[in-house]
Amino acid sequence: MHNKSVAELTRELESGKISSVELTREFLDRIKTEDQQYNSFITVTEDQAMADAKSADEQRAAGKASVWTGVPFAHKDIFCTNGVATTAGSKMLANFVPPYDSTVTANFRAAGAVCLGKTNMDEFAMGSSNESSFFGPVTNPWGLSAGEKRVPGGSSGGSAAAIAARLVPAATATDTGGSIRQPAALCGITGLKPTYGRVSRYGIIAFASSLDQGGTMARTAEDNALMLNVMAGFDPKDSTSANQAVPDYTATLNEPLKGLRVGLPKEYFSDQLSPAMEQQIRNAVKEYEKLGATVKEVSLPHAKLAIAAYYVIAPAEASANLSRFDGVRYGYRCESPQDLNDLYTRTRAEGFGDEVKRRILVGTYALSAGYFDAYYLKAQKVRRLIQQDFINAFKEVDVLMSPVSPSPAFVQGANTNDPVTMYLEDIFTIAVNLAGVPAMSVPAGFVDGLPVGLQIIGNYFEEARLLNAAHQFQQVTDWHQKLPQ
Amino acid sequence: MTISREDIEKVAVLARIRLDEEQIPALEDDLGNILSLVDQLRAADTDNVEPLSHPLDAVQRLRADNVTETNQREAFQAIAPATEDGLYLVPRVIE
Repeated sequence: MHNKSVAELTRELESGKISSVELTREFLDRIKTEDQQYNSFITVTEDQAMADAKSADEQRAAGKASVWTGVPFAHKDIFCTNGVATTAGSKMLANFVPPYDSTVTANFRAAGAVCLGKTNMDEFAMGSSNESSFFGPVTNPWGLSAGEKRVPGGSSGGSAAAIAARLVPAATATDTGGSIRQPAALCGITGLKPTYGRVSRYGIIAFASSLDQGGTMARTAEDNALMLNVMAGFDPKDSTSANQAVPDYTATLNEPLKGLRVGLPKEYFSDQLSPAMEQQIRNAVKEYEKLGATVKEVSLPHAKLAIAAYYVIAPAEASANLSRFDGVRYGYRCESPQDLNDLYTRTRAEGFGDEVKRRILVGTYALSAGYFDAYYLKAQKVRRLIQQDFINAFKEVDVLMSPVSPSPAFVQGANTNDPVTMYLEDIFTIAVNLAGVPAMSVPAGFVDGLPVGLQIIGNYFEEARLLNAAHQFQQVTDWHQKLPQ
Repeated sequence: MTISREDIEKVAVLARIRLDEEQIPALEDDLGNILSLVDQLRAADTDNVEPLSHPLDAVQRLRADNVTETNQREAFQAIAPATEDGLYLVPRVIE
């Protein structure tokens, strides 16, 4: 059963071939025996999951089941779960048990889905390799058979690795600069970052509030659509939530792609991209042509400035958001503080890891007197130029296609010495967050036995079009079905 | 772009993060490299460009001035490092 998609598992549950209790037991057993080698979970909520599975079976017996009733899945450990530890991968929150649910976790609860636990992540979602977690790095299931410990990407590396290893069929994730798409690409699964504001941020531990967006990870585009159906929607508890109607994202999956206008941003087929990677992406684009799409080159002239703008805006917002961790109301507190300032400064020095501290310091610097205009205001102006590039491109085409990452999964430790080298891992994903448009990562081939992701970028609120394009591609390719050895 | 030891110490005070002496040389390198990356922004012509702070250009939504939250002090204080009589405890501030 563990190789089946969410849609398939729903059918198995409906037909009565298996109960949620049996299904949940199977996945929990797999986590127990397999996850030592991946470290993809921070917390496994076995007792709660078995209780939820039992009540899901009762719901179904009473004829009150929906698509998600009794289906196992997991949450990235950045979504607050009432009564279950929520750490954001940080020592600062290692003991934090939220007294409330995020809107996303509440939605899955209401849908009857069975949460198996919380997945590992880069600390406070800051990273592209899942090596900055206080709970240890996550290992990518791909490459292990060759004796190599490769990164799963980040920051949602635990969710991606768990799905690739068939420990869960689906998991939630968040994407601030590429944190859904890049790990999805590196682990050979399908992920979607929705339009900014499409999914409520209420109860998601904040990193950079104008960029953060909750999204979906699963093996298939269809399963991503099923997840988004549960997650998307207006939420009065999130002041930046978009008040827009939510379609049934599964309803348009089977639309033909004939006449789809695809744009290839020339800036994303640059020197940074290895020829082998480029070949896989070009092959995927050819599949779209066979499906009836027309392809043309387009330009995002300011895309090359995206990393620079991001590394002002994201740290600036992070420095403000993370100021709440002061050792007073919840989370870590240092031993025997001498005075209030000692309490603050030692709690934060001991509770945050190196990458988080670097970003807080950079953000504080960019916002400090004398530098605000040169850094923060300048970056926000460049952000508008980047957004305008996308608006212009979508006047000519329906979707953009590009690689997700410049190279496949790298070996653990390869990029940890130089933060800037690690930042360049997100060179093709970051502009999307600055503009706020939706984008997906879809399995599109292999280089040296490691998965390659095709990025499909859409116009604002056109998640259904992206899911349709990804689903049609998955009807004629089987990259998303490949299993790590 | 370089960042001075004095700047790093000043920013660490503002950010309320204690730094040990031996951490500073590595931070000079790392923060200097990050700021060099960020300096690419200088090349962009942003005359007459409005800053973008929210991708949908949304404005702050208002709601009716009604009570919507119930008092959950006990639930919130149950997870605090130190409380007494419903108050959060910190080291003595006023002698």
